[in-house]
Amino acid sequence: MASLIEIRKLRKQFGAFVAVDDVSFSVDRGEVLGFLGPNGAGKSTTMKMITGFLTPTAGTAVVSGHDIGKEPMKAKEKIGYLPEGAPAYPEMTPQSFLRFVAEVRGLRGADRDRRVDEVVSRVSLESHLYVPIESLSKGYKRRVGLAQAIIHDPEVLVMDEPTDGLDPNQKFHVRNLIQKMAPNKATILSTHILEEVEAVCTRAIIIAAGRIIADGTPDELASRSANHNSVLLRLKRESGTQLREKLEKLPGVKRVEFKEDDAGASLHLFSERGRPILKDVSRLAFDQRVEVDEIREERGKLDEVFRELTHEATVKAGREN
Amino acid sequence: MGKIFVIFKRELGSYFITPLAYVFIIIFLFLSGIFTFNMGSFFARNEADMVSYFRFLPWLYLFLIPAITMRLWSEERKQGTIELLMTLPISLGQAVIGKFLAAWVFTIFTLSLTFPLWITVNYLGDPDNGIIVASYIAAALMAGAFLAIGAFVSAISKNQVISFVVTVVISLLFVLSGTGVVIDFFREWAPDAVVRSISELSFLSNSERMSKGVIDIRNIITYLSMIVCLLIACAITVDMKKAD
Ligand SMILES: Nc1ncnc2c1ncn2[C@@H]1O[C@H](COP(=O)(O)OP(=O)(O)O)[C@@H](O)[C@H]1O
Ligand SMILES: [Mg+2]
Repeated sequence: MASLIEIRKLRKQFGAFVAVDDVSFSVDRGEVLGFLGPNGAGKSTTMKMITGFLTPTAGTAVVSGHDIGKEPMKAKEKIGYLPEGAPAYPEMTPQSFLRFVAEVRGLRGADRDRRVDEVVSRVSLESHLYVPIESLSKGYKRRVGLAQAIIHDPEVLVMDEPTDGLDPNQKFHVRNLIQKMAPNKATILSTHILEEVEAVCTRAIIIAAGRIIADGTPDELASRSANHNSVLLRLKRESGTQLREKLEKLPGVKRVEFKEDDAGASLHLFSERGRPILKDVSRLAFDQRVEVDEIREERGKLDEVFRELTHEATVKAGREN
Repeated sequence: MGKIFVIFKRELGSYFITPLAYVFIIIFLFLSGIFTFNMGSFFARNEADMVSYFRFLPWLYLFLIPAITMRLWSEERKQGTIELLMTLPISLGQAVIGKFLAAWVFTIFTLSLTFPLWITVNYLGDPDNGIIVASYIAAALMAGAFLAIGAFVSAISKNQVISFVVTVVISLLFVLSGTGVVIDFFREWAPDAVVRSISELSFLSNSERMSKGVIDIRNIITYLSMIVCLLIACAITVDMKKAD
C-alpha cells in the first residue's frame, strides 16, 4: 500500500531564490515525522505546498492517494493543518470558530456538535469556549488551532511548530496529545526543539537551505554525532600521562582529548565511526593496573548532529540567518 | 452552494460581533436622513419623493462602502487566516463569492433600514411607490458594484487604510465617469464605442436615471457584469498575493 503522504521532488522558488529544493519523502500511517531545520530552512514552505496553500514550482505531493495539484479538494479533505502561529478569526469564540470549520468540512447539525464537543474535550478547551479568541492566552489559542485541525479526524495531520512559544507545561500537553493521536494517522510536525523530536517523533528529517540533509530515526541521527560512544575517563594525574599514549594507539580510538587540573586528569576518547570502545578502554586500564576514578560512555546528541549538519549546509548555500 | 453559505454565514456573523456594523448602520441612516430632507431641498421643492435621496446615494456609498470592504481580504491576510481558509476544502471561487455576498447582504440590510424615510414620504405626500421600489432595487445593484471594487482592492493590500483610500479613488472614477471631465478626456482619443461604454458604467448617470424609476435591462447587465469581472479579478489577486 502506498504511504499516506508521498512527496516527490518538491521545489519552490520565490523569484530567483530557491526556498525548497528537490525534497522527497513519504510518511506512513502511525509515523510521526519531525521536520527539523534552522529558521528559513524551508520547513513552512514545504508544509504549505503539501497542504495546497502554495503551488510548487516543480514536483508533487500526494496525500491519501490524491495529488494536491490535480485533486485539491479531495486531498484537502484528508488533511488537518495547523499553520504556523495557529491563525484563527480573532473576533470569534472557539465554539463558533470550531463550528465554522466543522461546517466547511461538511459536518452538519448533531454530527457537527458532537465532533466539536469531542475535540474540545480532547484539547481541554471547555473552560474557554465562549471567550473571543483574541483574548485567549497563547496556549489556549494553540489548542483552538489543534482542535480545528483534528475536527474531521483526518488521516494526515500537518503541524507547523505546534509548540512554539508555549511554556513547558503547555508543551508537555501538546506533545501528549500528538502522541495519543499518532497511531492511526500520518503526522508531520516541524520544530526546532530537538527534545521534541526525541519525545514524539518516530522519524526525523533535517532540512537546511531548502534541502534534506539527513533522514532517519532520532537515535540513528544522534549516533551520527562525533560524540557518539565516546568515552570519558577520569584518573590520577600521573596515570593519565602514563595511559595517554597507549590509548591513542588503541584500535578504534580516533582521537584523544587530554585535560589536567588539580584534581587529576581527564581523557575524552572519540571512537572511530561511533563504534563502542568502552570495553577495550576499561580492559586496557585494568591491564595497566591504573586506578580509574570515573569511566563513562557518552551518547550522541541530536542537537550536536543538528548543529554540525545544518551549519555545514547553510554555509555552503550562503544562506545564514 | 453549501460551502458558499458556510462562508457567507461566518462572514456576516462577524460583522455583528464587532461594533463596526452598528457604527456603519448609524452613520448610513443619519446621512440618508440629511440627504433626503436637508440637502435634497425636499421641503423647498414642496414635493414628497425620494428622488434627491437616490441621487445622493452614490456619494454616500463612495465613502461608506470602502469601510465595509477594506477588511474583506486585507484582514484575512494580516491575521494569517487566509492560510487556514485556503487549505480547507473550499475553492477560491466559493470563498470570494461567500465573502462578497455577505458584504452585499449586509449593505442591502442597511439600505432597507431607510424604510422610515419611505413611510415619511408617503405620510407627507403621494409619491409614486413603483418608482421608489425600482430605485431601491437599482440602489442595491449599485451597492454590489461598489462592493466588488472594494473586494478587489482589499485583495491587493494588507493595509486597511490603503485599501480604503484606493477603493474611494477608484470608485470616484466610476462615479464621475459619465460627467464631462472624464468623457471629454476619453473623447479625445478613444473610439466612440469605448466612450459610450465608459459613460454607461457611470454610477452617477445611472443613479440619475434610476432615481426617476428607470431601470432598463442594460443597467442591470452593466452592474452584474461589472461585479462578475471584479470578483474574478479579486480571485486572481487573492491567489497571487496570498502567500506574501
Ligand atoms: N512568500 C515568500 N516570498 C519570498 N520568500 C519567501 C516567501 N516565503 C518564504 N520565503 C523564504 O523562503 C525561505 C524559507 O522559509 P520558511 O519555509 O518559512 O522557513 P522555515 O519555516 O524553515 O523557517 C526563507 O528564507 C524565507 O525568507
Ligand atoms: Mg516556519
